[in-house]
Amino acid sequence: MSELKPMSEQAPNSPERRRFINAATATAAGLAIAPGVMLYEVAHGRPEEQAASSAVRWGMLVDATKCATGCDDCVSACSTENGWTPVAESAHPKQAPQWIRKLELQDPLTQMETNLPMMCQHCAEPPCVDVCPTGASFKRADGIVLVNRHTCIGCRYCMMACPYKARSLVHESLNDTQKPDVPRGIGCVESCTFCVQKIDRGDGTTACVEACTAAGHNALVFGDMNDPESEISKRLRELPTKQVRADLNLNLGVRYHGI
Amino acid sequence: MASITFREVEGSSPKYWLLFGALGLFVLFGALAWNYMHHHGHVVTGMDNQIVWGLPHVFAVFLIVAASGALNVASIASVFNKPMYKPLAPLSAILALALMAGGLLVLVLDLGRSDRLIVAMTNFNFKSMFTWNVFLYSGFFGLVGVYLWTMLDRNVKAYSKAAGTAAFIWRLVLTTGTGSLFGFLIARELYGSSMLAPMFIIMSFAYGLAIYLMVLAAAYAWTGRPLGDAVMMRLKSLLAVFVAAVLYFVVVYHMTNLYFTKLHSVEAFVLRDGGIFTTLFWVGQILIGCVIPLVILLTALGKQRMWIMIACALIIVGGVMQMYVTIIGAQAYPLDMFPGLTEKSSYFDGEVHAYSPSLPELFLGLGGVAVALLMTTFAVKVLRLLPASLDDATVAKLEH
Repeated sequence: MSELKPMSEQAPNSPERRRFINAATATAAGLAIAPGVMLYEVAHGRPEEQAASSAVRWGMLVDATKCATGCDDCVSACSTENGWTPVAESAHPKQAPQWIRKLELQDPLTQMETNLPMMCQHCAEPPCVDVCPTGASFKRADGIVLVNRHTCIGCRYCMMACPYKARSLVHESLNDTQKPDVPRGIGCVESCTFCVQKIDRGDGTTACVEACTAAGHNALVFGDMNDPESEISKRLRELPTKQVRADLNLNLGVRYHGI
Repeated sequence: MASITFREVEGSSPKYWLLFGALGLFVLFGALAWNYMHHHGHVVTGMDNQIVWGLPHVFAVFLIVAASGALNVASIASVFNKPMYKPLAPLSAILALALMAGGLLVLVLDLGRSDRLIVAMTNFNFKSMFTWNVFLYSGFFGLVGVYLWTMLDRNVKAYSKAAGTAAFIWRLVLTTGTGSLFGFLIARELYGSSMLAPMFIIMSFAYGLAIYLMVLAAAYAWTGRPLGDAVMMRLKSLLAVFVAAVLYFVVVYHMTNLYFTKLHSVEAFVLRDGGIFTTLFWVGQILIGCVIPLVILLTALGKQRMWIMIACALIIVGGVMQMYVTIIGAQAYPLDMFPGLTEKSSYFDGEVHAYSPSLPELFLGLGGVAVALLMTTFAVKVLRLLPASLDDATVAKLEH
């Protein structure tokens, strides 16, 4: 160790050091060009030409013990953000898309009641992606499960395969509530996107989480589960959580506390 | 071995054109139903986000399963070298092609985006059972087409056995694929079982043969050609074996489920508490589809042609009801995301889902049936598919 000089003592113009710095810069530049390696970029929104990175795994923590009975702020926020008509306003409630819904659970023996939002669980091994004939259902490198509107043929096989009933078919022509950055279409299947448009803008959160936080419930936390320093990772380390239908071993992106 | 004369049906009688016109009308109704559904979206159907596959799938899957079964008569002739079945083979192949075409048409016209069919043919995900089926169906058309050619063209007759064997193996794989459309689904309790593949195969044997027998008898009765008892008795005995095998598979399937506690509630739903689905299961699938036909076919009643036809019709009706229970019943039962807890939501979680099929769905399904029958009706007019006579003397000569 004694042979090593402190950094400050090294000559600033050492040719060896300059060579190292040049090489490092070139490597860094190369890495930046290679899709999805520059982690810090994610926090500021990705440039359009840069693909999503598998270094990130977006996920959500739902603390059911904080989820308020009768509150559906997350559902309203999702509907507003993504432009789907709230089911209460729909003329065809059984056919209306619902990207997120409040689920009321009760143990018939103990009478214990639990509230929680249910939506696409963004599985690491999504059955919907497995069964999709055209590959329209796909999982992005950062763990978000999406439907490609251009190649979905509306076969609904993904809806048959999803254990969480997370998907909806658009049964009728859409009204003008559509959002420019949330493409939807009649005859296609859709579901929660983890507000991918917000993520890609660099918001780092989803509409439902923002609404839950704004209402003071703080039942939802969103973030990068691969980053040990993210809030969600810290909370997940502390809180005992469960995956819904963990028996299927799908490695879910949504984890529940208090179920 | 005596040779058999195949002859086109004349197809110029008013009765022929009446049949042609009536089937054409149903094809037209089917087309209009599709147009209506496509224009307005699935909102005009009885399907919703709970029952995502409805009546069109019932018809489509039934026709596809029956299609592969209809090929069996031909397979027995060329793969298993039974000379008596040889004159019956061409009709068997054309019926297989026609039923497959009808079923597929219903399937693709029920897509949310049926205008994007080309996407399904150019984008593939090979982990999907649906993708496998796209290839299995296309291959079926190719192989059965070639097989039919070897039966109709003397120059290539030597390849008939090879083509027939390939088509036979292919159809077994195909029905495995159709059963696995459901067998490979983890989400629903009644699916996710390898039992579904062999069960669908044996069901295809029964449904396909029942349809074949009815079409054969109708063709011979309406054209005034002789159809002897030898053929009918042989085929009806075979049908009884197939129906008994279907019953066996259904019993084993449900007995297995009944042994697993986690499946008790879904089995109770189908077998006891499911309302219309329970009725369709016991009265439709079991009684109409299996028990009554078995009684008819295995008793003295089965010696009368009218009763054989009734048995065939019951097997077909029971088969459609079986598909209804298999496809819609499994969706009607709510997903069990939180075992042991009751679930309630705006998305109808925890509730048994009701389904009432709409008229367009019914007509789309019937349109597929009509397409299959129309194709067959047309094919027997333009191709030499039917022997001029199938009387007992002609058939007896074949076996010596």
